[in-house]
Amino acid sequence: MFEIFGIPAAALFGQLLLGLINGSFYALLSLGLAVIFGLLNIINFTHGAQYMMGAFVAWMLLTYLGVDYWWALILVPVIVGATGIVVERLMISRLYHLDHLYGLLLTFGLALIIQGLFRNQYGVSGLPYSIPDALQGGTNLGFMFLPNYRAWVVVASVVVCFGTWFLIEKTRLGAYLRAATENPKMVGAFGINVPRLITLTYGFGVGLAALAGVLAAPIYSVNPNMGADLIIVVFAVVVIGGMGSIMGAILTGFGLGIVEGLTRVFYAEASAVVIFVIMALVLLIKPAGLFGRVA
Amino acid sequence: MTSAQPIAGTAPLLSVSDLEAWYGESHVLHGMAFDVAPGEVVTLLGRNGAGKTTTLKAIMGIIQKRTGSVRFEGRELIGAPSRAIAKAGIALCPEERAIFSSLSVEENLMLPPRVKPGGMPVEAIFEMFPNLKERLASQGTKLSGGEQQMLAIGRILRTGAKMLLLDEPTEGLAPVIVQQIGRTIARLKQEGFTIVLVEQNFHFAASVADRHYVVEQGKVIDMIPNAELNDNIEKLHAYLGV
Repeated sequence: MFEIFGIPAAALFGQLLLGLINGSFYALLSLGLAVIFGLLNIINFTHGAQYMMGAFVAWMLLTYLGVDYWWALILVPVIVGATGIVVERLMISRLYHLDHLYGLLLTFGLALIIQGLFRNQYGVSGLPYSIPDALQGGTNLGFMFLPNYRAWVVVASVVVCFGTWFLIEKTRLGAYLRAATENPKMVGAFGINVPRLITLTYGFGVGLAALAGVLAAPIYSVNPNMGADLIIVVFAVVVIGGMGSIMGAILTGFGLGIVEGLTRVFYAEASAVVIFVIMALVLLIKPAGLFGRVA
Repeated sequence: MTSAQPIAGTAPLLSVSDLEAWYGESHVLHGMAFDVAPGEVVTLLGRNGAGKTTTLKAIMGIIQKRTGSVRFEGRELIGAPSRAIAKAGIALCPEERAIFSSLSVEENLMLPPRVKPGGMPVEAIFEMFPNLKERLASQGTKLSGGEQQMLAIGRILRTGAKMLLLDEPTEGLAPVIVQQIGRTIARLKQEGFTIVLVEQNFHFAASVADRHYVVEQGKVIDMIPNAELNDNIEKLHAYLGV
């Protein structure tokens, strides 16, 4: 086995892959946050709980109804996204005329309630969700062993992230969204239903979180705290990338996953804090974030 | 007065009466009233802060706190949200132009959805404003002031709206561009558009309009047909303080 910088190649590539997997989730989650923040101007603190709901709903569909992983990939984002739409209509939409802080308080409170309800029902030990048959096993690449499911997660995340980027940056619907982000009153005066656009955008962002939850279910155990643990890092990713920047959220998500993985190889003690150190540095040097635009 | 000087023989396309509007606590319009006949170009003239821009925003529903009556094609629009007013066939070109910086010129141009059949084809818009065609891929706000104004007018011509509210389209533009905008308004009138124009440039207003409403402290205080402008020039100068 060959070595790179005195590190066994298998260990290096193993951590790089792990970093890429984490990065896949950072990217999907920070993308949803960025989409929601762009149009609604609220920081969706419920995002982690909605990711957890994605994993749980996939587990429920399988356990209670026998619905398999592949159907869950399609159904879960729709189901959880629909709960997001209800939350936006019933609660968040009443806060748009108030200070942003109220949206933050509401979504933070909702996250605590949702996590509490799931903890009450399912405990904290975690529920198993097995890898679908088609993605069992792995491939020996010579320099490392690549588990098929992990490769699939990276590919799926890249496809969904760039699909979302295309939707927002290159389509007519995306142009409505970008325009409404800049000047909602004028977009309304063109005859576009801005409140409905806002509701659907929130549902879409929540659906992305739920999709990440389904992808995560076979890798991490399905438990009520899975979102709370992850979302803190994701918020740091969003701050580094720049609030509201779509491409920024994607690139920063993958990039920081890799940085974290490399840190684990070269100086494992720092791997838990490296993202927060980078966040502090970015805030000092470029307060709007690496890809953010100064308002 | 509830309705100013109806035009003999034609039902007004747009009829504004008793219009009051507020920015927060500040009461800006105090019983604004005027009529516009189909195919007419009328101006709202007045000093800064008289309430001209507010009138257009209140008609469009962008200012939500408003009372009174705005009737368009006989239909009351005072309680409607601005998207419903747009769909009724009224379009606004705002004073600040509101070109979107995150959209290309082409995306800006194609943004407003069609609200009625019979909108102007994009080719005809390019014929009027050739500059736009050359800069379709540019970021909207990278255009010059004049080009941004052309884009702001051009994009509402596509939609099929026949009633245009133009807020100071010549503000801050070079004389040659002002002339181009003037020719555009004349052409739009020929094609059957009805236009309410807010204008500080009195000579420009006189060159394109059929009638002028003088606005002071949030209401119309006089109406002068363009044909009688010369006889009333001193009165008008007194109103406008020029």
